[in-house]
Amino acid sequence: MKLDRALRRRLFEAVVLPVLSVACGFVVAGVAVLLTGNDPIAAFTALFQGAFTNDRAFGETLVATIPYIFLGLAVALGFRAGLFNIGAEGQFYLGAIFGVLAGNHLQGLPGILHIPVALAFGMLGGFLWAAIPGLLKARFGAHEVITTIMLNYVAFQLTDFLINQGPMSDRHSTAPRTPFIDAGAQLPILFAGSRLHAGLILALLAVPVVWFLIERTTIGFRIRTVGFSQGAARAAGISVAWTLVVTMGISGALAGLAGSDEILGVSHYMPSSFSVGYGFDSIAVALLARSNPWAILPSAFLFGAMRNGAAFMQLETQVSADLISIVQAIVIMFVAAPAMVRWIFRLREVPAGGIQITQRETAGVTSET
Amino acid sequence: MSDLLSHLDVAGFIVATLVAATPLTLAAMGGVMSERSGVVNIALEGIMLTSAFAGYAAAVATHNLWLGVLIAIIAGMLIAGLHALLSIQFLVDQIVSGTVINILAIGITGSFYRTYIQNSELAGTGVLPALRLSFLPNSPFIGVITLAALALIPVVHFVLFNTVFGLRTRACGEHPLAAETAGINVYLVRYSNVILSGALAGLGGAYFTLQQIGNFLPNMTGGRGFIALAAMIFGRWSPVGAFLASLLFAGADALSGRLQISGVTLPYQILGMLPYVLTIVVVAGAVGRAVAPAADGKPYKKGG
Repeated sequence: MKLDRALRRRLFEAVVLPVLSVACGFVVAGVAVLLTGNDPIAAFTALFQGAFTNDRAFGETLVATIPYIFLGLAVALGFRAGLFNIGAEGQFYLGAIFGVLAGNHLQGLPGILHIPVALAFGMLGGFLWAAIPGLLKARFGAHEVITTIMLNYVAFQLTDFLINQGPMSDRHSTAPRTPFIDAGAQLPILFAGSRLHAGLILALLAVPVVWFLIERTTIGFRIRTVGFSQGAARAAGISVAWTLVVTMGISGALAGLAGSDEILGVSHYMPSSFSVGYGFDSIAVALLARSNPWAILPSAFLFGAMRNGAAFMQLETQVSADLISIVQAIVIMFVAAPAMVRWIFRLREVPAGGIQITQRETAGVTSET
Repeated sequence: MSDLLSHLDVAGFIVATLVAATPLTLAAMGGVMSERSGVVNIALEGIMLTSAFAGYAAAVATHNLWLGVLIAIIAGMLIAGLHALLSIQFLVDQIVSGTVINILAIGITGSFYRTYIQNSELAGTGVLPALRLSFLPNSPFIGVITLAALALIPVVHFVLFNTVFGLRTRACGEHPLAAETAGINVYLVRYSNVILSGALAGLGGAYFTLQQIGNFLPNMTGGRGFIALAAMIFGRWSPVGAFLASLLFAGADALSGRLQISGVTLPYQILGMLPYVLTIVVVAGAVGRAVAPAADGKPYKKGG
């Protein structure tokens, strides 16, 4: 069967490359398991059981997939404008804080209003937190990689301050956490006996919405143009600075939505170890999906499965759950270096070169905007 | 106010600042070398974390702290070599490549920590000796890695601005095509600088385990690699500037620690934000005046 060249390339980039990358990730992780003196087959079997076949495992995998969808979309949107939002983790925290505030303090509101208001509050929290690096980049050219990472640390400290005997802490609890949110503000459970909540539907809806935003709206066009070339965007009369701020804001709003959704749907209060790295993982989710909103779905599902399975693996085999970070790193590495995958697997056809995520013209640590 | 000042003994504060500046200075100087040759290195954080672990593991295995330092440096060079391979050879976006290494570092050190260190009977390695500078009256004891960092500042400055290698490095960072035309092997120069930056950051990593606490903790570098990048920018890509900027951040760190002890009523988390907020302010404020090497972050394709 002879496929034409363009189709073959698209097929390679969309299917073959991600699959081979994930496979390579597991091989390298397997070697790491061997080096720590454990059995990789047993570890990966436990990972699979924990993700899919154990009692309730599949539902829990979906529960973990939900934040990855929102956060993956958040990071992917940034990439489309050439922005590297490493601050999804901090925006996730701010979304949760705002979600708890709205979930706690708007008592008496009917659920049909309370839930959307609390979710929107989370989006606002993420929006505001992400707008800071957006503004700093647009106004001063401060690179978002540094400012968003610093804001992550500030968000952790802020959370600790608020819930550890601070203004948002639950006085009746010995553990550092917030009180439970109003019962009316909790997202309904989809299947009785599981923790799978209506946030899944929201996440599935967010995918076409973000796709539409990027591909079919004026702001999406501006985002893509700025991502392609800031010079071209400027020449076309697009305000690059404004586009960068808006993109960071929307990206943060999606991350914030992930945070409030997690509060409203899963924990119903904010504990001290709220995220365990969802925001950081979402960089890999977005890269594996090559910043395509539709591809975020399988990518987020894979990471949800790994996150959920890793806990069981650690329990069963004593292999650290940090192992999935190794898989992640290798996956990103291969997705970002198609030349390497072709070289390893001796695939013919010269690649078009590595994919470009951050912009050349802003890739230094400073930029002019 | 005078009551507050009496709690902050000045000499102690200066020493604490100098010591806290150690990993920042080393990593920032690594960043200077790498970026002067045209390769953005946000992997400094991951390099330091890996080296902190490798140095500790080697010190535990061999009962020799000095061997631990050596292994930390070699580990830093290896990890930096991966960054070089990805970004120079395979033309991976340099920020993505750095992110790969930062995530990989968390995965590798976390996995090994859980298997070999957590729940084990290891008592820690102890720390490297601190020296007293005999030529200074009332000299405090200062750790050897801190002293090494101070000694390396003029060395890196000299290499960068007074040697052929330094000239070639800067040429590759400003205009690689012109450098290549003049007969310079751009790849070789960039590889060398990225790997040297790994050696510097590796020594910075050793500080955490072998000088500071004599133990390894997950994620113990706590964003210092990124703060070092900010110090590099604020210091305008020069070793001396990077050191002075590191002192500023370390001062904020030391101050927040001291304010907590002195019983200031601010919550400790708010004080803990200080170095991070300062970094944001400085990066935003410095950029207008600081100019990166022209080809910083741009992959170079031979014959391109």
